[in-house]
Amino acid sequence: MDIDSLRQLFPQLQDKVYGKTLVYLDNAATSLRPSGVVECWRNSAEHCTANLHRAVHHIADLATRSYEDARAKVASYIGAGSPSEIVFTSGATASINLVCYSFGRKFIQSGDEIIVAESEHHSNIVPWQMLCEEKGAKLRVWGVDENGHLSLDDLKSLLNPRTKLVCLAHISNVLGLVNPVKEVVKLCHSIGCKVLTDGAQGIVHTKVDVQDLDCDFYVFSGHKIFAAPSTGVLYAKKEILDSMPPFMGGGEMISEVKWSGTTYAEPPYRFEAGTQNISGTPTLKPALELMEEIQNSAQLSDNLKDITDYILSGLSSDPRIRLYGIPGAGYEKVPVFSFSVEQLHHEDLALILDKMGVAVRSGQMCAEPLMDRYGVTGMLRASFAPYNTMQEARYFISSLHKAMDMLR
Amino acid sequence: MKTLKEAQEEVVEEMSMFDDWLDKYSYLIDLGATLETLPESARTEDNLIKGCQSRVWLECNKEGNIIYFKADSDALITKGIIALLVRVYSGRTLEEIRDDDFSFLDSIGLKENLSPTRAGGLNAMIAKIKSYAL
Repeated sequence: MDIDSLRQLFPQLQDKVYGKTLVYLDNAATSLRPSGVVECWRNSAEHCTANLHRAVHHIADLATRSYEDARAKVASYIGAGSPSEIVFTSGATASINLVCYSFGRKFIQSGDEIIVAESEHHSNIVPWQMLCEEKGAKLRVWGVDENGHLSLDDLKSLLNPRTKLVCLAHISNVLGLVNPVKEVVKLCHSIGCKVLTDGAQGIVHTKVDVQDLDCDFYVFSGHKIFAAPSTGVLYAKKEILDSMPPFMGGGEMISEVKWSGTTYAEPPYRFEAGTQNISGTPTLKPALELMEEIQNSAQLSDNLKDITDYILSGLSSDPRIRLYGIPGAGYEKVPVFSFSVEQLHHEDLALILDKMGVAVRSGQMCAEPLMDRYGVTGMLRASFAPYNTMQEARYFISSLHKAMDMLR
Repeated sequence: MKTLKEAQEEVVEEMSMFDDWLDKYSYLIDLGATLETLPESARTEDNLIKGCQSRVWLECNKEGNIIYFKADSDALITKGIIALLVRVYSGRTLEEIRDDDFSFLDSIGLKENLSPTRAGGLNAMIAKIKSYAL
């Protein structure tokens, strides 16, 4: 697949903003939707609307099948042991909360410790703060250095027999660096501590193999990898899912309901109470199929690599620009670039770039503690997807310079 | 001194001279630069307008029935917007501000050209001005 045929799958790339062609560089917030996904979505809504797993009629069977096909696709895509290790949720945030309220409430006790990296976004901080408050457990912060790197030695000094869980993004949504998840897992498992990997960005930029990573939980959202919004995945190892109590009660998650008591369904259904996202979740299948096609294209991966190099040198060569998340020392950079410009407010720059047709993110990026770490009130972030071109990258850098001149 | 309506019409006219939004932003940035400096002591939590991505402070002083504003922001375009409001509303009577519907801002197209987040910020500025006139 080449970039022109890829771009044709995304109608929004042809849209104009303020009369200018849209340059969409907010992919870390959400990806655009390709036509195959929209088609699947519409087909599910128009022709497969029935509730899952319940009725025996034909349409219910169709709906159930496409839902379960998506589960099988996700399982094989991330290398899970079986589809029953895949729980569907509404997104990475919901997946983390599920782990928090089910696994956390059962296995985290007063005096236990949970470690969270300083570079996490709020979704991987706040649920743990809430749990620790409820349980009288302790939340400990694993700090990043100036370059955005985490030190395994620092982790070693934080780990102790009371540490029950380490929560770490595969790739931070601000820093765009691939964290050493495999090494972290090895270290944690050696003392019997579990690891939750937030793959919201990791699923976008790496070929995830959960068995190779060996993490206990891996969570991600569908909307960042072309699938419908409000789709999400919690992967957990079978023996862990089996040990987890239900978190929400309702239809679909039960085995038997009597006034004397209820028994629960096996995972993953135990965690899928109520009517699911019956039209959206099936889109994970065409979305992941497209991800595979993209990964198999040398031209597309070369293009993203060239863009990454170009933006890295474009941003680092200007002394007024401070880039966060510096590659090196084993840290690979993905095309997610957060930066600030000396003396200038991120909001001014984002507003001007917007009027030039460039969509970037500005603000705290849902990672306020990391903003505090670097002593800024916010940053700008340009994040690229495989459908972005080198021309767009050049246009972004030159627009940024123009905006900086305007504000001087 | 111009009447409130005249001051509003003047702003609408000035903004409409620029076709391009980048030029309008430049104009706002220049306008912000004309704001009288707000002393550090006035950058208080009370004067801070909540609901903006950038920080905006609005200080008010009343002399009898007349209300005077001073403002500042750490972002230049936002500073321009608050400067525009200060220019129109500072030195007006409490009644004038209370009775005004701020609809001249619609004619500038400021609201629809700001993202909902930013329009929320503009609404917060208006609410702050109104609250001082209560």
